[in-house]
Amino acid sequence: MHIMEGYLPPMWCAIWYILSGIVVGYGIIKINKLLKEMPEVKPLLAVAGAYMFVLSSLKLPSVTGSCSHPCGNGLSAVLFGVAITAVLATIVLLFQALLLAHGGLTTLGANIFSMGVMGPLAGVIVWKLLRGKVSSTIAVMLAAIASDWMTYVTTAIQLTLAFPGDDPVKTLITFLSIFAVTQIPLAIAEGLLTAIIWDKIKELRPDLLLKLGVIDESEVPHYTQVMETGGAE
Amino acid sequence: METKHILMILGVIILIIIPLLIYAGKGEEEGYFGGADGEAEEAIIEMNPNYEPWFSPVWEPPSGEIESFLFALQAAIGAIIIGYFIGYNKARIELKSQS
Repeated sequence: MHIMEGYLPPMWCAIWYILSGIVVGYGIIKINKLLKEMPEVKPLLAVAGAYMFVLSSLKLPSVTGSCSHPCGNGLSAVLFGVAITAVLATIVLLFQALLLAHGGLTTLGANIFSMGVMGPLAGVIVWKLLRGKVSSTIAVMLAAIASDWMTYVTTAIQLTLAFPGDDPVKTLITFLSIFAVTQIPLAIAEGLLTAIIWDKIKELRPDLLLKLGVIDESEVPHYTQVMETGGAE
Repeated sequence: METKHILMILGVIILIIIPLLIYAGKGEEEGYFGGADGEAEEAIIEMNPNYEPWFSPVWEPPSGEIESFLFALQAAIGAIIIGYFIGYNKARIELKSQS
């Protein structure tokens, strides 16, 4: 989903920088507030960021014959919401822009908007729609799939907006076939991985998930036992 | 680790292996297993032959070796944090239940 350095006209670079900048700015305020109110969630914030680090470094083959990478943004979106995920995405994308020549500084705003804003937004919407209807593991899995996939759909739309060509619909289909189709199996893989790490977090620190308000007590019947053994300090 | 999780990991492995089997024997020279980002770049150039990228990366890994080192570093940084979190919390629960 990385738009390469220099491959967006300056006007579009500016537009995406402004839009992403607002969300990232709000995210920084939210992180400060969160860590002040609940300093104990700091390790979980680190895990959400670390998960994005790992997943976005894995370039996997897809059935279309090309390679692409998952994003890891769904987990963070469910745990902390869109704005904080945008901040974490910025860190990952800066690392890749500066050290790997993946993405770039001029296209950073656009890439944050896809991986840190639109993807997570789709994840949060799916999560909210499914809450209470299915188990949190399934909801997280589908939210992560939506988040990953929407990230790539957004990239295709961004490129179409910048380079509409003579027939914008045809252009959009071209970019969607490059990004969105390749991403389908990878998004499913990301969903499965996210479900596994979610279950691990739920098993080890249900207290943090309850505190963040992402699950309620009915999800963790063994919680009282965990409390007795000290999982909920 | 429950059976459910083992099946999920198997699912991930199968999803990754399928494309390797479908296109077995084909490589980058035949246009397979390249990056989607690069394909998009080619599509832009093809549709807009006059477009000149107006900025180039401030730094690029000088070789594929250096690039793979930095990608491995990125994955390792993330993995060590996740591993620490899981190990720390697991040990804490176990120690508490022993005392």
